[in-house]
Amino acid sequence: MEGFRHFSGVTTLALDSAACIGCGICTHVCPHGVMTLNGKKAKIADKDGCMECGACARNCPSGALAVTPGVGCAAYIIQTWLKAKNIPVDAKCC
Amino acid sequence: MKENTCCSPSPKTAGNLKTDDCKCSEGIQILPMNGLRPESMENACHADSALHADEPCCGPPPSPRSSPHEKPGYTVCGFVEGFLDTPAGAVPRVKTKTGLYDFAGTLKARSGFSRNDYKVSPGLYAVGNPGTGSPVLVTANYKLGFDKLRYCLKHSDAWILVVDTRGINVWCAGGKELFSAGEIARQVRLSGLSRVVEHRKLVLPQLGANGVSGRDVKKGCGFSVIWGPVRADDIEAFIARDMEATDRMRRVTFGTAERLVLIPVELSFLWKPTLAVIAAIFVFSGIGPEIFSVSEALNRGGMPLAAYGAGIFSGAVLTPTLLPWIPGRAFSVKGVIAGMLVFVPLVFAFRGEVGELEVFTLLFIVLAVSSLLAMNFTGSTPYTSPSGVEKEMRISMPLQAAALFAAVFFWIAAAFI
Ligand code: SF4
Ligand code: SF4
Repeated sequence: MEGFRHFSGVTTLALDSAACIGCGICTHVCPHGVMTLNGKKAKIADKDGCMECGACARNCPSGALAVTPGVGCAAYIIQTWLKAKNIPVDAKCC
Repeated sequence: MKENTCCSPSPKTAGNLKTDDCKCSEGIQILPMNGLRPESMENACHADSALHADEPCCGPPPSPRSSPHEKPGYTVCGFVEGFLDTPAGAVPRVKTKTGLYDFAGTLKARSGFSRNDYKVSPGLYAVGNPGTGSPVLVTANYKLGFDKLRYCLKHSDAWILVVDTRGINVWCAGGKELFSAGEIARQVRLSGLSRVVEHRKLVLPQLGANGVSGRDVKKGCGFSVIWGPVRADDIEAFIARDMEATDRMRRVTFGTAERLVLIPVELSFLWKPTLAVIAAIFVFSGIGPEIFSVSEALNRGGMPLAAYGAGIFSGAVLTPTLLPWIPGRAFSVKGVIAGMLVFVPLVFAFRGEVGELEVFTLLFIVLAVSSLLAMNFTGSTPYTSPSGVEKEMRISMPLQAAALFAAVFFWIAAAFI
């Protein structure tokens, strides 16, 4: 995404090349062009462009892609912090 | 597919009167009323024709008779221009142009009022004159998204399948698993789609892929999924290219206009914290040598309040507007930079009035508020990952808290010096 970049080296995205069957679905669903098809195998072409939306992993037929999906939203993250500390939150989300 | 116009004889008209009895003029249908004697029926018709005569009458002319598709307890939506008969029943055909009707609702939704209640009824809709081979475009029942889609279909014959996402847009509903394979399959079954079209394909918005597995849709209803473009503007081009998206169509954008529409919503969330801030400023401004003074509180409260307003402006308006041009990757840093820009004119406005220590309070309020709100904007951007935002929050939130603490410290200290 031209002109927009958040932090580098943070995404939880991981590809298991051995499991990939080269169907190319991940290249269709990713809104940031992170995935490309290199012959018969998918490749992570722009890892830092990943926003961890989870679209690729959800649609990958062979389970070759893994990512911890979520929303990059401060209010949501505060809620996950509170939950981890067992502090009840009123379920207002972003 | 046969089209129902409002003047076609309705199968529900009473059997004891011939449909000839009813005058059809200017799109107004006079339905024979059951149980009326012929002469009173005639009177009724005359009364109606009087509407068109030049006779003086009081008040504005009455509106046309209700559409035969209206049912007790229901109204036909303003964006519906007719109905198509299909094997699965009458399907509303929607307009592809904006109406005044839509405009008022859009304003309400964009400003943050009733944004969540702004829904369309789920189910099947038609655009143009679709047939059994026309594409089926799936979308959420978020009215703004539905409107956008139909405006982008001016030259198309297509079906729109609206899924019940509780009025939430495709992207957010995908994240919350409301726009899901199960919900789509359910709507396909409820609408009787398999009787309306011969093919077995659904075009889904690409941004819904975070919540929908194409394979599960196929398993759930037998329709296979084609991932459509990210933006509705590209949908006609996408269909014209035999459902092949270009790389550009697959990428999400975050242009100036896309950022600007988010600002009012961002601001509408602020009224509650603002009440708390006003209360806090009142309390901290009143503290002084006489322990607490209401007159001092009112007297001194203006400046920090103005600084708070400046912080809101810089964090929730300036930062989103100038986002790609403000240096720094971290939003909290962008917020600080924008805050500096706003701080200069603020101090200039209070020159001569503001004390040496008080200047620091104003500075810290502007920077902390701006930085916090800028960071909060990460939730509205389509490119920040939760891992990235969490990392940013862990670094910047202690600093923001320290700045607010310092602001209070300098403000109270100034009262004693
Ligand atoms: S998680 Fe989303 S942004 Fe990241 S690679 Fe997958 S589809 Fe692309
Ligand atoms: S979706 Fe999965 S199997 Fe298909 S190309 Fe991508 S990684 Fe490989």
